[in-house]
Amino acid sequence: RCCCYLEDKRDATVSSEIANKLLKFNTKNGELRQQAANCKNDKQQSAGHLTKVPRNANMGKLRSGYLFSEISLHEFEHKQKFPHAKLIKLGIGDTTEPIPEIITSAMAEYVHSQSTVKGYKGYGAEQGNLSLRKAISERCYKDLDVKFSEVFISDGAQGDISRLQVLMGSNVTIAVQDPSFPEVYLRQAYVDSSVIIGQAGEFHEETEKYKNIDYMKCQPENQFFPDLSTASKTNIIFFCSPNNPTGTAASRQQLQHLVDFAKENGCIIIYDSAYAAYVTDDSPRSIYEIPGAKEVAIEISSFSKFAGFTGVRLGWTVVPEELLYSNGFPVVHDYNRIVCTCFNGASSISQAGGLACLSSDGYAAIKAVVDYYMDNVKIIAQTFESLGLKVYGGKNAPYIWVHFPGRRSWDVFNEILEKTHIITVPGRGFGVSGEEYIRVSAFAHRECILEAARRLRKASIN
Amino acid sequence: MASMLNHQLSTCAISSSSSTFFNKTNFISSTSSNLSLPLKNPRIQCVANPPAEKTTYTTKVSRNANMAKLQAGYLFPEIARRKAAHMLKYPDAQVISLGIGDTTEPIPEVITAAMAKRAQSLSTIEGYSGYGAEQGEKQLRSAIASTFYKGLGIEEGDIFVSDGAKCDISRLQVLFGSNVTIAVQDPSYPAYVDSGVIMGQTGQFQKDVEKYGKIEYMKCTPENGFFPDLSTVARSDIIFFCSPNNPTGAAATREQLTRLVQFAKDNGSIIVYDSAYSLYISDESPQSIFEIPGAKEVALETSSFSKFAGFTGVRLGWTVVPKELLFSDGFPVAKDFNRIVCTCFNGSSNIPQAGGTACLSPEGVKAMSEVVGFYKENTKIIVDTFNSLGFKVYGGKNAPYVWVYFPGRSSWDVFAEILEKTHIVTTPGSGFGPGGEGFIRVSAFGHRENVLEACRRFKQLYKFISNDESKLLENAWIGKHMVLHLASSRQVYQELGVWSENRPPDNLPQ
Repeated sequence: RCCCYLEDKRDATVSSEIANKLLKFNTKNGELRQQAANCKNDKQQSAGHLTKVPRNANMGKLRSGYLFSEISLHEFEHKQKFPHAKLIKLGIGDTTEPIPEIITSAMAEYVHSQSTVKGYKGYGAEQGNLSLRKAISERCYKDLDVKFSEVFISDGAQGDISRLQVLMGSNVTIAVQDPSFPEVYLRQAYVDSSVIIGQAGEFHEETEKYKNIDYMKCQPENQFFPDLSTASKTNIIFFCSPNNPTGTAASRQQLQHLVDFAKENGCIIIYDSAYAAYVTDDSPRSIYEIPGAKEVAIEISSFSKFAGFTGVRLGWTVVPEELLYSNGFPVVHDYNRIVCTCFNGASSISQAGGLACLSSDGYAAIKAVVDYYMDNVKIIAQTFESLGLKVYGGKNAPYIWVHFPGRRSWDVFNEILEKTHIITVPGRGFGVSGEEYIRVSAFAHRECILEAARRLRKASIN
Repeated sequence: MASMLNHQLSTCAISSSSSTFFNKTNFISSTSSNLSLPLKNPRIQCVANPPAEKTTYTTKVSRNANMAKLQAGYLFPEIARRKAAHMLKYPDAQVISLGIGDTTEPIPEVITAAMAKRAQSLSTIEGYSGYGAEQGEKQLRSAIASTFYKGLGIEEGDIFVSDGAKCDISRLQVLFGSNVTIAVQDPSYPAYVDSGVIMGQTGQFQKDVEKYGKIEYMKCTPENGFFPDLSTVARSDIIFFCSPNNPTGAAATREQLTRLVQFAKDNGSIIVYDSAYSLYISDESPQSIFEIPGAKEVALETSSFSKFAGFTGVRLGWTVVPKELLFSDGFPVAKDFNRIVCTCFNGSSNIPQAGGTACLSPEGVKAMSEVVGFYKENTKIIVDTFNSLGFKVYGGKNAPYVWVYFPGRSSWDVFAEILEKTHIVTTPGSGFGPGGEGFIRVSAFGHRENVLEACRRFKQLYKFISNDESKLLENAWIGKHMVLHLASSRQVYQELGVWSENRPPDNLPQ
């Protein structure tokens, strides 16, 4: 059975609970959002004991995950209408292909060794296994002068982003690319983690933006790179390249511009390179390819999309020794303290897998899976292009960003779902600047992709 | 491949001493190396080097002021650093680690077999899984609920699987935010205080009392049976409570926990109950806070597979947040914790989760109890050793930690002396808070032969005290509790020329 058809592995009770609540109401966006906002205020009315502990006001500022509930609602309703339809999920960016055996057998062997006296290991260094740190600095940052002592192994980008936010504290300002990830559904959390720590200010319903966050517009008009001359000079700039959702990779020139901007204004860039392995042209794969970046940038990365480790959980963050706070104190020192206090290392089993991924044979094997997804994205991109649509991305990332000029993205989402039983992500879910766009991900079995392509051509969506 | 991996992985064994990698910012330790008199406690000053001079580029981002409040490195990397330094000094010494509570015995095969199977299934189409639920796999949550919380009204949906208690504590702190006050036991596991400092819940560190401002420290001593006198404890929003306790090894009784729950209820506080050592309990002490009626309205509980199944490197734990636990505005704590888990975390690794499920199978539970039993036997050996040497010994009954009293001495000094003279790593009590001063924590995680060897060395070091004890007891002005102090310092006093057989050295407290 094609796993694209399988149920979302998230806790089913959550989505059906929200779906049931919202089912009573009209499916217009505005009403849904209102109801979702009300869910946020879901208090227990029973006469139970109330503690005197105040709820963290920042938690109250979070949007209540309405994108998740909206997509779930649509999916739920669709299943009611078409109970026998085989849904193809090209929405959430979750890897689908098995991990190459060379890697899983390394993990299995390591696991077996934990039952032996000689092989058993207890606590590992919070910063990660030494060999793995070295392998990352040598293999992923070859010739870029990144020392293993600057590499911190983690359980993935989401944990790292949160730890970086705790590190930075509430008194910093942040900027994010727009479109970006507002929502829990999409498993990306620059904005949400910022809100939780207290950097973001209040949410404005009309603009759908948080008061204290600078949203840097990325559109075809500016080649998906923000016009930095209009950007506020925030302390932190989150920058993801290759980009999710637009699928575009920043050029060397653009990144030099970003690094120069950061240097002029004393900003710290937090560079998310989770899709670096998908770059096919000579767009930079690491911010450290840019001269001067070590003094201004932290880089986070992940084995999730690189090696199919979305469930296994492994990633890393690079904090260069040269990166200093305004008082000259090295950021890496504080980050190390955070890691030692708030974390206890990535699973040793995942790390054993990571080490196998970076061996010559392992690397070749996972690269083959990356290529598989890139072949998928070519197929999907060509399909939409053949329908006369402008397609962005897809060259350096497993996502395409398809433009439907003049159309509301939720309408397009619904039309695609109705006519082809394919789940995508409406660009509007990423914010106002995502209107008119649909994100389609290429993480799927080849036969699902081919089937999706067939259905799209047949339905002639445009 | 495996052996290569193991070798490579083993080279990381003490790289938690990786603060040595950051040579620019070495801690400067001013441990007194000359055992100077009088007998006040020379405090360890761990100070980072002053910031680099501004000839290099700096960003304009201010350092988080909360980070600056932290006094030194986190306790255990500090211990590891000293251990590493000691090993450099004595390359042939057989150092025995009874310091950090790190498990040493292999994971039972029933558990690793399940994890290996899961790892291999990730290479198959049917078995491959991507992102899992952030709250954890259903079957594991369900197994935790039915194994640990049977009959206590805790359901699968109340359980949040994690990568361990340390991470959960930080996530809970992020959840609570900076505008809450916290109370901790004194002494306690350092992560509660340190995470509170980082979140901005505390004031500055006050060197004279060795406490952070704004934290309520609840003293736990032999005198109060290691349970705080709640009548003297000021109200705080959050109360961190660990039982069985790290480091003292004390397990709170049902009566004590009932009082704690009532205290929390009266004050509208939330108890964060750390039950990571619950399976080490030997008597009738409660294994979960939820055994106490009313606890679901005032407490959440965190626990871990680390010390039950040797998962210290594998990483797996959980937190229980009951539906009944509400903030002051009525908002359920579990809903916000769920949001934190979905935003700041992406779920525990699937392979350890498969291991956790195997741990909770009937065979797995049996296997875990054998491992726990092994460490408990170690604990007994250590307790018996220190008892036989005439020490006052606490803990060791319901936890794999022995809390040994060294009256009148700085615990960092005793730590250093034990390390220097016996090549055994322990943990100084003051590392856990000012209430730990005068104590040493000896952990019982080790291979049996190492534990036995360590006990031999302890007996060697302290045995001459037992000989002197009978002589000195004849002198009325030396109470039994002074014996150890005198004996171990006798040599020093003699060298300094202030020792007299007939009268106590000048600066001894009477």
